[in-house]
Amino acid sequence: MADSQYVLEARGVIKIFGSHMALDAVDFGLRAGEVHALLGENGAGKSTLIKILTGAYQPDGGQVLVDGQAVTLDNPLHAQTHGIGTVYQEVNLLPNRSVAENLYLGHQPTRFGLVDHRRMERDARVLLTRYGLDLDPGSELGTHSVAVQQIVAIARAVQLSGKVLILDEPTASLDRNEVERLFEVIGDLKRAGLAIIFITHFLDQVFAIADRVTVLRNGRLVDTQQLDALNRTDVVRLMLGKDIAFSGATDLEPENPTTEVLLEFTGYGRRRSVHPFNLTIHKGEVIGVAGLLGSGRTEMARIMFGADPADQGTMRVNGKAATLRSTTDAIALGFGFCPEDRKAEGILGDLSVRENIVIALQGKLGWFKALNRDEQLEIAGKFGESMDIRAASLDMPVKLLSGGNQQKVILSRWLATDPAFLILDEPTRGIDVGAHAEIVRTINRLRDDGMAMVVISSELDEVVAYSSRIVVMRDREMVAELRGKNINPGVIVQAIANNPDEATL
Amino acid sequence: MKRSLRPLAATAVIFVIAYAVAVLQFPNMLSTRVLGNFLTDNAFLGIAAVGMTFVIISGGIDLSVGAVIGFTGVLIAVLTSWLGFHPLAAFAIALGVAALFGAAMGFTIHYLQVPSFIVTLAGMFLARGGASIITQDSVPIKHEFYATLGDLMIRLPGGGRLSFIGMVMIAVFLGGALLAHRTKFGSYVYALGGNSVSASLMGVPVARTTVQIYMLSSVLAALAGIVFSLYTSAGYPLAAVGVELDAISAVVIGGTLLTGGYGFVLGTFVGVMLLGLVQTYIIFDGTLSSWWTKIVIGVLLFLFIVLQRVIFAASAPAEKSPEKV
Repeated sequence: MADSQYVLEARGVIKIFGSHMALDAVDFGLRAGEVHALLGENGAGKSTLIKILTGAYQPDGGQVLVDGQAVTLDNPLHAQTHGIGTVYQEVNLLPNRSVAENLYLGHQPTRFGLVDHRRMERDARVLLTRYGLDLDPGSELGTHSVAVQQIVAIARAVQLSGKVLILDEPTASLDRNEVERLFEVIGDLKRAGLAIIFITHFLDQVFAIADRVTVLRNGRLVDTQQLDALNRTDVVRLMLGKDIAFSGATDLEPENPTTEVLLEFTGYGRRRSVHPFNLTIHKGEVIGVAGLLGSGRTEMARIMFGADPADQGTMRVNGKAATLRSTTDAIALGFGFCPEDRKAEGILGDLSVRENIVIALQGKLGWFKALNRDEQLEIAGKFGESMDIRAASLDMPVKLLSGGNQQKVILSRWLATDPAFLILDEPTRGIDVGAHAEIVRTINRLRDDGMAMVVISSELDEVVAYSSRIVVMRDREMVAELRGKNINPGVIVQAIANNPDEATL
Repeated sequence: MKRSLRPLAATAVIFVIAYAVAVLQFPNMLSTRVLGNFLTDNAFLGIAAVGMTFVIISGGIDLSVGAVIGFTGVLIAVLTSWLGFHPLAAFAIALGVAALFGAAMGFTIHYLQVPSFIVTLAGMFLARGGASIITQDSVPIKHEFYATLGDLMIRLPGGGRLSFIGMVMIAVFLGGALLAHRTKFGSYVYALGGNSVSASLMGVPVARTTVQIYMLSSVLAALAGIVFSLYTSAGYPLAAVGVELDAISAVVIGGTLLTGGYGFVLGTFVGVMLLGLVQTYIIFDGTLSSWWTKIVIGVLLFLFIVLQRVIFAASAPAEKSPEKV
């Protein structure tokens, strides 16, 4: 590999946070005139790598090279002077200012020391037509759609840096037409010789636009490949890292059609979040949800729990129609939800284990039936024991517990409310083996006790082990429902990767 | 019309209507004399409000303004009357002290990440306390230079007079408008108020701009203090108590969004004039308690906050509300 072929290169880059190796000797090379997709599940190290390439982080080992020269990038602005520009998923512009000012802020043309608005808007108009935008450069940026703002952000980044463009999930909040519009712009820039890094969770988009792909997993480089040598299944396999061919077929838990239906979702969905889906859940059934990150799994869970209310479709609980306007409605119906981001949305870090366990129950009881300390201790003690929560005391702050024990606390919190239906979003992510087993055991026990559950997980083996049925999400749509015998992770990967219009791509 | 202009337009319309109503009732109010007095009487408030406009556009608040006016008055009075400085030298010292004071507040706000509300509240107590330590009494300023400045005025047709301090205020407004809308510094101020994270990623020198904003506010407050001492010919440590709140009111009524990012310096001028109109009306009426001024200002403020909410909520682009992805 000749040095000079890369515009931007990371060589053996290492980044350590505390005792955690976020990047372990990762190599990455970017050529001029290519779109290079960077893929990996959450925690794979994508964003860490990007932050090192843009100067937001400093590597703990290895080097970053621009045009074959080793450089130290102090911060994103410094990276800009080396020709590296970044556009983030959240458009980092100023919605309160004009389009022209967003393009030129900090570099406005001046005359006699004063900003020359007329010239700035004239330049902006010329620049924008190059991107196929015909709009008034004096108009407020915030009045335009996210797609237009995204293109303005790209125009600014290219204008100021002009060698490397990093697009960090630029399509996450765009609809299909907007994505196509954006891809035309990216295609033009590529032909103009720019090197582009494209990060996304949507595989379709990777195949639509990228030339090469680099896959990271657990902070390590899995592979960098020419995309035309790969198919969708190969990519999913690289990302999930299961050597699926050898993993034996496991039967799903037998369905139990004799039990009564608990929940029925019909045409249930939310605009710009999840396409309408149909799902029937029986008592004593675990529905596994598989799909890549960003496929709409979490969004579906939030809609089911009323955290983001659905705006279409109907839901029936025990045969009676019900609506969820908020999570309070859901809790009143006997729902529980363990969210994916445990620290931010699950635990109340500074409160004690006891308080964390009783809080949902107390919320359900309302203002006037306060649980006194003895009752709280009894409830917390009961679950502490049955869930095997390893805490020095039930009165210690929950943030001091390990991830696995925190997850058990959150699970206990909902079990204390005696729920009929539990939604678990990645219940086993980032927890140790012992706690992992305990949680899987608990899921199995609850199912046998007749509780209905929806469990979202990236661990396909695990999903297969406890689910009665598996639904597969892709591009915010429920694309498959797998049931019966001979379901193994390989089948699920196929379902995740399979795209009905693959032939047309 | 751009939506950011709408609150300003509303203020202007309300001012014209209110003035017309006042003139219908008291025809004497339509005279250059009354208008000239508007400018003179509100000069110190207007100057302080220009600084406040910058602070609020940047998303902050400056509660120290009134105290800095009081401190400056006492400092100048003591320097000229007790220590025999020439007023011009005293002015220079006062402005320098204020610049350092504002810079210190800006530094604290940016580097220690303390909310501006708290930092400037501390600044308010410091400045007010400092003034009271220098003297507890009102110190008169008797200097011929003061008399000269007092005589400096433009006679307007119809018997009105545009005083020196009225001219200073107009100059500050014009300078402020130029600074806000036609310089890079101005665009940085708006950028900070729009989204400070984006601003720093776009290369706005956040630290420098923050310090400059609070320096500007304090220096203008000191200039307001100088004007106030010209107006009253004295320095008193308890002068201008609560002026920061009047200034905030004028800024908001003038169409600047309290959450930052939107606003006009000249809007603040209309805001100050509207407050002046209310006061003048109550003086003309003669039977109303001066507390009615506060009530009217309260109602106006409330109206404007609701109005801004409505305008900015109604015309927000049709996109999804921020939600977790």
